[in-house]
Amino acid sequence: MIRVLAGAIGLGVLATSALAADPVEIGIGYLHRAGVKPALSLVELPFENDGVAGARLAIEDNNTTGKFLNQHFTLEEFRLKDGDDAAKMAVALADRNIGFIIADLPSEALLKVADAVRNRGTVLFNAGSIDDRLREEDCRANMIHTAPTRSMLADGLAQYLVWKQWKRWMLVVGSHEEDKLYAEALRRAATRFGAKIVQERVFEDTGGARRTDSGVTLIQRQMPVFTQQAPTYDVLVAADENEVFASYLPYRTWDPRPVAGSAGLVPKSWDAAQDQWGAVQMQNRFLKLNSRHMTALDMQAWTATRMIGEAASRTNSGNPRSALDFLKGPDFSIAAFKGQRLTLRDWNLQLRQPILLADGRIVVSVSPQEGFLHQISELDTLGVDRPETKCKLH
Amino acid sequence: MRRRCLLPGMTVWLAAATPAEAFIAYVSNEKSNTVSVIDTDTWAVTKVIKVGQRPRGIEFSRDGKFVLVAVGDDDTIQVIDAATQQVVDTLPSGPDPELFVQDAAGKMLYVANENDNTVTVIDLETRARIGDVQVGVEPEGMAISPDGKILINTSETTNMAHFIDTATRQIVANVLVDARPRFAEFKRDGSELWVSSEIGGTVAVIDPATRRVIGKIAFDIPGMRREAIQPVGIGMTADGKTAFVALGPANRVAIVDGTSHQVMKYLLVGQRVWHMAFTPDEKYLLVTNGVSNDVSVIDVVAQKVIKSIQVGELPWGITIARP
Repeated sequence: MIRVLAGAIGLGVLATSALAADPVEIGIGYLHRAGVKPALSLVELPFENDGVAGARLAIEDNNTTGKFLNQHFTLEEFRLKDGDDAAKMAVALADRNIGFIIADLPSEALLKVADAVRNRGTVLFNAGSIDDRLREEDCRANMIHTAPTRSMLADGLAQYLVWKQWKRWMLVVGSHEEDKLYAEALRRAATRFGAKIVQERVFEDTGGARRTDSGVTLIQRQMPVFTQQAPTYDVLVAADENEVFASYLPYRTWDPRPVAGSAGLVPKSWDAAQDQWGAVQMQNRFLKLNSRHMTALDMQAWTATRMIGEAASRTNSGNPRSALDFLKGPDFSIAAFKGQRLTLRDWNLQLRQPILLADGRIVVSVSPQEGFLHQISELDTLGVDRPETKCKLH
Repeated sequence: MRRRCLLPGMTVWLAAATPAEAFIAYVSNEKSNTVSVIDTDTWAVTKVIKVGQRPRGIEFSRDGKFVLVAVGDDDTIQVIDAATQQVVDTLPSGPDPELFVQDAAGKMLYVANENDNTVTVIDLETRARIGDVQVGVEPEGMAISPDGKILINTSETTNMAHFIDTATRQIVANVLVDARPRFAEFKRDGSELWVSSEIGGTVAVIDPATRRVIGKIAFDIPGMRREAIQPVGIGMTADGKTAFVALGPANRVAIVDGTSHQVMKYLLVGQRVWHMAFTPDEKYLLVTNGVSNDVSVIDVVAQKVIKSIQVGELPWGITIARP
């Protein structure tokens, strides 16, 4: 009697587990460097989980959807210390059948990762680097970019300044390599949209602490002097990606002029103040999960993770190769609270996206601006367009 | 001589005016935190009612005595007495209510709560919250099948239409649609369910029996960039023969053949056209234009925009009934 009963229970369990098949597991690796970059403003010091926090929220969103499709997403975070080999880590992930990697890494490391897993079918998402060269001469067929490029950011800013009729720019450039690249993108933008750079100045990084107890007194004397005797200009545009001087410029220029670029009105992919197009829901979800505001890097990682989720639900599979085919194809688009669908530029796998212009407290405007037209997509007025691209995807 | 000429003219005018029944339209103004009341006889705003923060979804109760308005930032639904045109009560909706639907008897209210991925069930008689259904990310569109058995909820980031059994409050099917589904509408005979996808730019036609997408309506407006075509509100005539789809920042309402699913015509309305409501006689369709802060009046038979009425800031939803 007891035996019969036990047998029946066993059968029951079997039947139940056969009905609810194991979900398809979709693993995502997240690679970024340990430590945080310095910032001039105490309130803008990045958090340790900058970026990965956005990916975590998207994993929750993907899993809410996944429970209806029997798909389950997981995220594994890797913080790389100096000397750690990102490419080796990527290969190790591929060995464990983790076919998606989201990376917030410098360009050189990214390229090594892309090449190391090229034949493994891994899809790599660049969520952090804004270097144009990754989408141009150094583009890769297995690397999708959710971060905007420097040229997209510069174009987004330039369109607004030109719309505002602030066409005479004084350009102040830092002495780091990234500053020179940003300045180059700003010069290109000025030429494209009809602004004029009336003068350029270089602000040398002579080293030293970004924060001292008597800092303000000195800066208050230094900045007006640095910006005096300029030709007539409408707006000061600063290229300072390493947080050396730009944040010191607003309210301290010799002539009373607005500041844009690396301080003042800043072009970016996302801002904690963005509240249009349903964004409040997203900001609330992020705040609830992470107890802080959402940054541009968080958004770029969220979008990458959501793209993986979107590909999985549309292809009904966790296979990275079919995901990449879908993402590159004509049917892909993603909603990311920016008022319109985001799609991929099929010639270099860059995500098309509007650029927000924020002053630190509010979103002032969103580019592309009205009147900047394009025959395919107005989003392609931002950044390097198909006819100019140097990218050849293999 | 003059009198003779004038009299026949007056008769015609009177004849045209008498059959037009006057209705009352309530428009939620998302930014103003008000509801504008429009008399459809004079097409004038007769009253502006102060409501809670961020009013969006708005519907008459089935008995026509009350107007329910979801005030998302106050996490509640306010009840406006249609007789006194004053807020008289609130409902326990759950956080950030946006759109809602009532059952045919007007006893149950189903609310989409954007912030916690749930649909809340409220008993309208006891005004108590009696249950929740877990759905996808950012629930938004709500519809109920004409037989009352199936509740539809669309979730904006999950990109699905969830089919919920109203008896068991369990999800019985999930249908993938294009990106950011905003609104769901059944044909009156229950033969089709239409779901608009704002970011995808399409309307999916779903067979409620098989729960499969059987057609997709796309919109192509010459000279209009693809990204600007964002379908949101849907209105269908009672016979199911004609549908109207609001296309958001494309500033147009598409007229779609309900049978062939072909787009017949685009009507230019105000900026960022959002939701819509028919007058009960189906002579007019009123649509809300968020950016231009007005309501466009469409003559349904003539398929023409005949009037626009200035309302509050960011008009969002609209509901119409007999006064």
